[in-house]
Amino acid sequence: MTALDTQAPAATPERTEPLTRRSWKAPIAFGVLGLAALVLFGFLGKSGEDTTFVISTDNDWVQIGPVAVPSKATAILLGVLMLLLAAYAAWRAWDRKPLGRWVGAVFGVLWVLSFLCWAVAGKSMSLVGLLQGSLILAVPLAFGAMGGLLNERAGVVNIAIEGQLLTGAFGAAVVASVTHSVYAGLIAAPVAGLVIGSLLALFTVKYKVNQIIVGVVLNVFAVGLTSFLFSSVLKPNAATLNSPPRMPVIDIPVLSGIPIIGPVLFRQTLLVYLLYVAVVVITIALFRTRWGLRVRAVGEHPLAADTVGIDVQATRWRNVLLGSMVAGLGGAFFTIGSVGAFSQEMTAGKGYIALAAMILGRWTPVGALAAALLFGFSDKLQQVLGVLQTPVPNQFMLMLPYLVTIVAVAGLVGRVRGPAAAGEPYVKE
Amino acid sequence: MSDEIVGEKASPTSGMPEPEKTKAPEDRGERALREIVSGDIGVSVLAFVLALLIGGLLIAFTNPDVTAAAHYFFAKPMDTITAAWNAVWDAYAAMFRGAVYNGQADTFQKAIRPLTETMTVATPLIIAALGVAVGFRAGLFNIGAQGQIILGATVGGYIGFTYSLPAGVHLLLALLGGVLGGAIWAGIAGVLKARTGAHEVIVTIMLNYVALYLLAYLLTTDKFTRAGSNQPTSPGVKETAQLPLLLGDWSRLHAGFIVAILASIFVWWLMTRSVLGFRFRAVGSNPHASRTAGIGIPTTIVLVMLVSGALAGLAGGVHILGTEHQLTGGIAGSLGFDAITVALLGRSRPLGIFFAGLLYGGLNVGGRVMEAATGTPIDIVLVIQALVVLFIAAPPLVRAIFRLPTPRTAVAKGAAA
Repeated sequence: MTALDTQAPAATPERTEPLTRRSWKAPIAFGVLGLAALVLFGFLGKSGEDTTFVISTDNDWVQIGPVAVPSKATAILLGVLMLLLAAYAAWRAWDRKPLGRWVGAVFGVLWVLSFLCWAVAGKSMSLVGLLQGSLILAVPLAFGAMGGLLNERAGVVNIAIEGQLLTGAFGAAVVASVTHSVYAGLIAAPVAGLVIGSLLALFTVKYKVNQIIVGVVLNVFAVGLTSFLFSSVLKPNAATLNSPPRMPVIDIPVLSGIPIIGPVLFRQTLLVYLLYVAVVVITIALFRTRWGLRVRAVGEHPLAADTVGIDVQATRWRNVLLGSMVAGLGGAFFTIGSVGAFSQEMTAGKGYIALAAMILGRWTPVGALAAALLFGFSDKLQQVLGVLQTPVPNQFMLMLPYLVTIVAVAGLVGRVRGPAAAGEPYVKE
Repeated sequence: MSDEIVGEKASPTSGMPEPEKTKAPEDRGERALREIVSGDIGVSVLAFVLALLIGGLLIAFTNPDVTAAAHYFFAKPMDTITAAWNAVWDAYAAMFRGAVYNGQADTFQKAIRPLTETMTVATPLIIAALGVAVGFRAGLFNIGAQGQIILGATVGGYIGFTYSLPAGVHLLLALLGGVLGGAIWAGIAGVLKARTGAHEVIVTIMLNYVALYLLAYLLTTDKFTRAGSNQPTSPGVKETAQLPLLLGDWSRLHAGFIVAILASIFVWWLMTRSVLGFRFRAVGSNPHASRTAGIGIPTTIVLVMLVSGALAGLAGGVHILGTEHQLTGGIAGSLGFDAITVALLGRSRPLGIFFAGLLYGGLNVGGRVMEAATGTPIDIVLVIQALVVLFIAAPPLVRAIFRLPTPRTAVAKGAAA
């Protein structure tokens, strides 16, 4: 899908000029956002109220009591800090020096904290619960995004992540119900994702049908197939076919006792631990092995790859199938990883957010995970704030991941460029 | 083959010389026959048959009578086959009864009512699919028809239930509002694509969800809800803004169907007879050559998205002013995504889209009757629809399944695609 990006008129003028232009995007964005936070959350916030953050759970080594801070004063302090960061960014921009990534990250954390101070004023919120929930909600997004990038790195656009998640969820629920084993369900999920993956490969790689079309249609197909089987087979036999066990939370000894980090990272289900493994394995495989180099060559310049003897079609087949298995595994989250039973269209657009996470993460597993965590956080935050009855309409929170993605692909936060050959079928001459 | 289905979508290799035709010349009659069987129309029909067959298999395998009979398959195999045949026949017969002509009805009006219902449901599908097709033929994938329909319905509906105006003016204004809503929503994607190169597929997909939540939010505000009600449902569209019924009270068919016909004619004129349409198609088939010829690519991209979104917005407006009469969170249903498949099935041509829209409308309407009559879930319709488009997109697959010869034109196209 980024193949067309290269045709965009936005030719990079930086390369032709001896002196790089000063980029004011970051300082301006930081300044505006910081000022907005300072005014909205600080000066316009309710005075005389406290915001309480709970940061420790019962099983930690060290017990830290809930932290209560005065809402208004803290928000003002955080706002001032943000404006200082904006000033720092402006100074770097004036010197034509690049801005470290940490600035954006720190700014984001400060902004969210000041928002929380304002939104949770007079109430109490569990930070650990918030972060734990964010990670859980990020799981299907991260798996989906990695499934997508395995496709796109080999030059096949995967719009069908949604369908792969859905069939994965379906397969996991049915097999786990029949066998009474979550582990069998975990194996079934990637196999179910493979159904969509093999169709995607057949039509895009073998028959060279436009990849975006096949993806869109396969999503419809997945919705139709799973909904049909759900209504005609699962519903009448819910007790035997659609009541899977749920994955237990596994405490990793020692590590899970660390305050804050422990319960967030190491008191999770097997699926989350598989995610850690998948991120590491796929990162190494793509960027540090011969296989990965070949895959990326096929995605960037299939003709060149073919010339040096790489089988383009076989590479694409393999990667589409592999990617669909990874995405299918992520689908297991929706059933055995969280609520248990399968229901119609339960992925509810998460596959498209996964697609967004892949783009925002610039087609790398680590980036995809980070983007997925960001989206998971905004989703969890929306749930928490919905319960707390805060002044923000939750529809705007739900909109956030999509808006962030639009901003990202529009190049407002640095150029996003994917594999050059993604979207183009390869025809051997 | 992808180029074939989206019209004249640009392909990086389409400029390369066609390979020499190696087949010996045939006589004219033989060629005509070959083209009918294995050409575009033949493939479309066979694709539909194939999709119905696979749908039938799914129905048969999940039918309780069939599974019951299958337990003693080896003792009485005919029982299973009969049960399967009955299940599939009953389902498809109910679907036909619900979509086209109800032979069991006692009056002609009741018998013909399913057909008018099909036309009603097909109306917004056709209009939105026309919008998607304009994008396809200009090489742009507007996946955002869903969001544009939502915006069109929101703006059109808002004008319809808020203001009090004289009959004709009110309706026109509400429809115009729908057109504007859709055009602006698609225009965002167009401007971003033209100015920053942001891919329209991603932006339009994301805008779909933004529109969904925007509507959900609006339905919690006072202006969009009935007085004294907490339900996320808007007041009814006033009668002055409703599209008039065409056949009287016994059918829901409304003047929107005429709008759909006019829109089809408009798109045909736009794409084949107007300068603007020529620019659209030129940019779609070869952006580089178009730029050389002096066509402004960024302007054209924005215009294409505006037209595309305007049609989708009109579909949303027609849907709420003609069929639904009130705004709900799920007003667009799956219209926007269906529109994409309808555009593909109609091969991005107005006439093709008109009939593809009727076919889809019929499947949806008939599916409901089928579900009520035989208990077969309506979701089978989605499977059939998806399969039809997949098969049509890959003619070589259909030919391989039916062991048809490859037409000579397809050889050339296949190599060039």
